[in-house]
Amino acid sequence: MSVIYMLLGISIVVAIIFFIAFIVAVKKGQYDDDYTPSVRMLFEDELVKEQSNSTIKNKKTN
Amino acid sequence: MNQDNCFHCGDVCDSDPIFYNEKKFCCNGCKTVYEIFSENDLTCYYDLEVSPGATPKDIEGKYDFLSQENIIEKLTEFNDGKTQIVTLYIPHIHCSSCIWILENLNKLNSGISSSQVNFGKKQVRVTYHTNTTSLKETVCLLSNIGYEPYISLDDFKTGRKQVNRSLIYKLGIAGFAFGNVMFLSFPEYFEVGEFWLEKYKHLFRWLMFFFSLPVVFYAGQDYFISAFKGLRKKLLNIDVPIALGIAVLFLRSSVDIIFDLGSGFFDSLTGLVFFLLLGKFFQQKTYSFLSFERDYKSYFPIAITKIKDGHETPIQVYDIKKGDRLLIRNEELIPADGILISGNAQIDYSFVTGESKTVNKQSGDKLFAGGKQTSGLIEMEALKSVEQSYLTQLWSHDVFNQNKEEHFTTLTNTISKRFTITILSIAIIATSYWLSADASKALNVFTSVLIIACPCAIALAAPFTLGNLLRIFGKMKFYVKNATVIEQLANINTIIFDKTGTITSNKKSTATYEGDILSSSEELLLKNTLRGSNHPLSRALYNILEEHQIITLNHFEEHLGKGIEASYNNEHIKIGSASFVGAKETSVLETNVHISSNNYYKGKFTFYNSYRRGLSKLFNELKKDYDLAILSGDNAGELENLKKLLPSKTKLIFNQKPDDKLEYIKYHQSEGAKVLMVGDGLNDAGALAQSNVGVALSENVNVFSPACDAILDASKFSQLFQFIKASKQAITIIKWSFILSLIYNCIGIYFAVTGQLAPVIAAILMPLSSISIVVFTTVSTNFLGRKLRKKG
Repeated sequence: MSVIYMLLGISIVVAIIFFIAFIVAVKKGQYDDDYTPSVRMLFEDELVKEQSNSTIKNKKTN
Repeated sequence: MNQDNCFHCGDVCDSDPIFYNEKKFCCNGCKTVYEIFSENDLTCYYDLEVSPGATPKDIEGKYDFLSQENIIEKLTEFNDGKTQIVTLYIPHIHCSSCIWILENLNKLNSGISSSQVNFGKKQVRVTYHTNTTSLKETVCLLSNIGYEPYISLDDFKTGRKQVNRSLIYKLGIAGFAFGNVMFLSFPEYFEVGEFWLEKYKHLFRWLMFFFSLPVVFYAGQDYFISAFKGLRKKLLNIDVPIALGIAVLFLRSSVDIIFDLGSGFFDSLTGLVFFLLLGKFFQQKTYSFLSFERDYKSYFPIAITKIKDGHETPIQVYDIKKGDRLLIRNEELIPADGILISGNAQIDYSFVTGESKTVNKQSGDKLFAGGKQTSGLIEMEALKSVEQSYLTQLWSHDVFNQNKEEHFTTLTNTISKRFTITILSIAIIATSYWLSADASKALNVFTSVLIIACPCAIALAAPFTLGNLLRIFGKMKFYVKNATVIEQLANINTIIFDKTGTITSNKKSTATYEGDILSSSEELLLKNTLRGSNHPLSRALYNILEEHQIITLNHFEEHLGKGIEASYNNEHIKIGSASFVGAKETSVLETNVHISSNNYYKGKFTFYNSYRRGLSKLFNELKKDYDLAILSGDNAGELENLKKLLPSKTKLIFNQKPDDKLEYIKYHQSEGAKVLMVGDGLNDAGALAQSNVGVALSENVNVFSPACDAILDASKFSQLFQFIKASKQAITIIKWSFILSLIYNCIGIYFAVTGQLAPVIAAILMPLSSISIVVFTTVSTNFLGRKLRKKG
């Protein structure tokens, strides 16, 4: 039954890896701004479209 | 989109809009921004939001100081000679278009390698190469596209602000350990005496022990520190029983597993610390776009133009010496007290007093620091350095170094004193009983009482109630600095208001006409003459007068600082000061605009402050429970008006200097008053700091307001009474939670004193009491919030 030592060891190592990932993420400031990234994510498509199309776009009316 | 609105900024276009590319623009500035964007394929800006832009302002020469090495060094956060990184605050950031354009700055200037927006803080972080561009160019580019950064003296300090994230780390560690310990402790609760479990339980127990080490010594260290500090001051604050509980839990559990007496209380221990930290975390509601700590430095510029031997050189404002000749451009702030030498000075002191009407100054007049020049260039001579000026001197007062919270005992700490004494006496009585009955159990009972009585639920009641109320207030545009402020708000008994800008509104003013009735042709001419003038009084009067058709004047002339003159057909009109139109100055206390037609004096318009809506109602609601007073920096011109509006017992005090306001509050506090100060300008800063609760009223929360405990949006002014009432009800909720948690404690203590406290009971009782308190407080504050919203 020494397998339980291995299982315990592995599970704790995995848990600690995730925990370290969390600490690193906090340290890098990933949780400091919780709004801008959500908007920025949506811009990628617009950028590509913009580069392929050099004429002035007509404004969207709404 | 409305066709009459500018494509770029959305403002209503005047009679002659500019057409470009089939789009309408209100001014050349907006058109230019559009041109810049369309040349660089950035018109996507207009697709994301309708009319997102701002009109760029004229910045000629304004940012010359940014080419100075020492200023660049202070402003940039990274600088290796080739690459510089700067974080700029841009108040205009308000929509997704803003984020998009600011993150595409590299398309407008190839020297910029990247830019990143923090929307909440309204900041953009720009990285650029100094061999192709510079800080000045970057700032000018931003200004040219309508995103003028706000650079103030506050940015001018060495060292980056360190963000304190230790609470998140601690919460993470406590949560991590709590989860793991729960898993490890569960088997023993359910499978008593099982073969495999018996074999491995020691391993499980020691694992739990190691998981709880960082919880006790890192995550929980604040409680030990705070308890120690409290004891040294001979105070039994709430952290004393908590620290005692944590320490006893840890020692008892360690002893239990070392001598194989039981599985220990590690799950209760980690759970306790986790819940307590969660409460602390919830109590912190930060508004990233607001600052409660501002002083004059946030308003003042970094550099100013000095004239020496005919040369203009930018100098840092701290280097201003007595006798320096300074050049103040349009829209620039006067950094130090001085004397006007030349130019037409129209000074806007709204930062200082809250009064938005500009003051006209003649050559030789004294100018005070904090005023903003609003028309053209002026030259002045400094009389004092920045720190010694009339306004800035206020900040050398002791009151700005005091911490208000230190002198306030929260409800939780008040109850904790009695609580701790009671628990200790129960523990001692129970132990002495067991010493005589069954000595082997005595130590067990003593520790059990301290463990189960650990006031987790009591410590959670206030953070969750006040934290939730803080969020509810925030949604209703009442931004409170921290939870203690709400408790203090519930305790006040005196309310003091500033007058100008606080109970009066900046936006609207009313005027009455006195004199000969104007003929319709004269009214027509008057309205059209005012139309051409940009003077604030002209604009105000123009908005009050009835609509008339637009005519083209034959002659129009504005005499700066005096008035305006115009003619149409045979009519001739003069509008302005008494001396300009040839009338006798009647009253110096009032703001008048005199009018003469064809050199015959007709009459005058007298401006009155317009009071905020709901003012009378608010004061009548407040007068039952509170002493009310108004402290005004102005003269007593409005005394009669105020007397009519406000309850008779309201004290009205005029001609108060910033220091006087502070002293007035201090005096009343020494007589036992708990003062709520409501103010707005920098001249109230001292009073706001001295009062028990200082509330700054703000027309636009994104614009600066002085250091305070809470910021109230001006549109919610009439609801002040409801906010105070809600704070009082929150205190009642906390008291009920205390009763609830004391019931849990009584049940727990029954198990403890009878010597039956098994780890599983603690493991059930502790989370149960904590969670039920959290649920109770959250539900009842939400109920309170809903009632508040209905009234609003």
